[in-house]
Amino acid sequence: MGEIHLTGHPASPGLAIGPVAVLTRAVASRAAKGDPAQEAAALKAAIEGAAVELAELIATVHGEAAEILEFQVAMLGDDALAEGAYEAIAGGTVADQAWRAALDAEIAGYRAADEEYFRARAADLVDIRDRVLAGLNGADAIAKISGDSVVTGDDISPSTFLAVDWTRGGAIALASGSPSSHVAMLARSRGAPMVVGLGPLPWNGQPPSLALVDGDAGTVIFDPKPETRRLFERRMAAANAAQIAADAGRLKPALTADGRRIAVLLNVAAHDDLAGLDPAICDGIGLVRTEFLFEGSRGLPGEDTQYAVYRRILEWAAGRPVTIRTLDAGGDKPIPGVTVDGERNPFLGLRGIRLSLARPEVFRVQLRALCRAAVHGTLKVMLPMVAIPSELDRANAMLDAEFAALGAEGIACARPPLGIMVEVPAAALCAEDFGAAFYSIGSNDLTQYTMAAARDIGAVADLNDAGHPAVLALIARTVEAGRRRGVEVSLCGDAAADTRLTKALLATGLTSLSVSPIAVARLKAAIAGVTA
Amino acid sequence: MHDANANRAAQTFGPLTASAVLVNPVGLHARPSVKLTQCAKGFAAKIEIALAAEGPWTDAKSPVKVMRVKAPQGATLHFRVAGPDGDAALAAMLALVHDGFGEA
Repeated sequence: MGEIHLTGHPASPGLAIGPVAVLTRAVASRAAKGDPAQEAAALKAAIEGAAVELAELIATVHGEAAEILEFQVAMLGDDALAEGAYEAIAGGTVADQAWRAALDAEIAGYRAADEEYFRARAADLVDIRDRVLAGLNGADAIAKISGDSVVTGDDISPSTFLAVDWTRGGAIALASGSPSSHVAMLARSRGAPMVVGLGPLPWNGQPPSLALVDGDAGTVIFDPKPETRRLFERRMAAANAAQIAADAGRLKPALTADGRRIAVLLNVAAHDDLAGLDPAICDGIGLVRTEFLFEGSRGLPGEDTQYAVYRRILEWAAGRPVTIRTLDAGGDKPIPGVTVDGERNPFLGLRGIRLSLARPEVFRVQLRALCRAAVHGTLKVMLPMVAIPSELDRANAMLDAEFAALGAEGIACARPPLGIMVEVPAAALCAEDFGAAFYSIGSNDLTQYTMAAARDIGAVADLNDAGHPAVLALIARTVEAGRRRGVEVSLCGDAAADTRLTKALLATGLTSLSVSPIAVARLKAAIAGVTA
Repeated sequence: MHDANANRAAQTFGPLTASAVLVNPVGLHARPSVKLTQCAKGFAAKIEIALAAEGPWTDAKSPVKVMRVKAPQGATLHFRVAGPDGDAALAAMLALVHDGFGEA
């Protein structure tokens, strides 16, 4: 048999090589069957036994993994789950069939959900179903899988995942599955490469013995030829060396191979994101999201609350520039009491600067807090979702007015420069027409508006490609506008952290990238590999 | 003659209703559902949720049933609460939703 190349979707990054372990569905059947009362008692015992097993498992894990299992415990502990099964048992069905039918109906409901997230929960219900069935059949729920294996199958349950020691270098390759599944989240946090959606696995009987998993590209090669394997092992070695070098280079400034200095900035959502971080890893903060301030239960944040948060972030940066984005509510970020409910297409509605200008009483408070914080460091303020110059002009006028009012009241303040996020194609195409103090490219929205494809809709996710020439052309055009006007241009979307795009992004003339703190080391290492 | 006590009882225990928008990232998913049902079970009151003011209503103490609602982010979650500690129950439910179930 020749080598088999399969392409799916990446669910957890990284490369792995290992023997194939095929997940099999143990379908042992029960020997003894009883009358309805005995069958109901057997099911009850199996459900309680499963809950005990899960509780024991929870004691051995932490954080996310424990929460996932607690969800299963909560579901198992709810009589509503087994209601249908007990009814069927009362009507003469045996316990295992009754339970399987009831859970399969529940699972079908999840699989039919509109939202990817709820569809992904089907794997948890399958896990629950099989654990109870194993209890009824008197079998061990979880087959032992060696931690250096490439685990393949249709889908994998959280319990199965948690029973494997992933520090030994294994990976997961699934025929179906979802990048939103609990297992995918766990795989990302444990560093186990994972590819989903490979489609039917093309063998009957004897499975392949070895697999190469590329969790970055979303591909799997079964039974590789020696040459294929050798190339893959070379890539793995290079990736490992790169990771070690990256960690060592985290504190150093980012330079391309030909010596061009690239500013690496941080994206943060709250001051907590900076806890324990050395400011020396970055050249400043390229994006502070302020939505979190507005999401609490205590209503909209007052001027003093906002001022205190902005000031702490500026003080952390110790003189490095900090770019704070004004409230970017709306779209996928509704905020009760601020955003408009029931818009037919919220991504094309009243969001970002449009909303702030429509709610000047909310916007003014934020502008005042920003002017007061500006005396504590190098503050820049950027406006999200700007489409036309008059939006920037109106915000500039409001900022001037609040700055003047604070001064008249004798309150310490400074007027921060006002820049725009370039995330609407119109703003990218006409960037030079804006009197912005700087441009910051929001590649997530710029990509989705350019390609007319949302990232979170699986069917069109492939179209949502920040590396598409159309998106790169808009970025290059913005960079050129910044060069002509003599103002800075940076990029703060997820594309900045995608090291496959680093070369293409720097080729547009960008010299400043902003990423989440966890991506800094990897990005600096990728920059070091780029030549003009 | 009108029974004043019965009337007051009806007033005290009569169903209270309120609604709140789900602001946490993926709606009423696994973890928030567990939190919601655990919180609901702490009250004697009958607590129900729905995606529309007119129902259909779902028992907020059952994680299985709450997950069946599949309430997405941005949906308005309606509450209907009846019982002696209904006020406190409703306040606790709304606080959970407003706080994004602690995952803002």
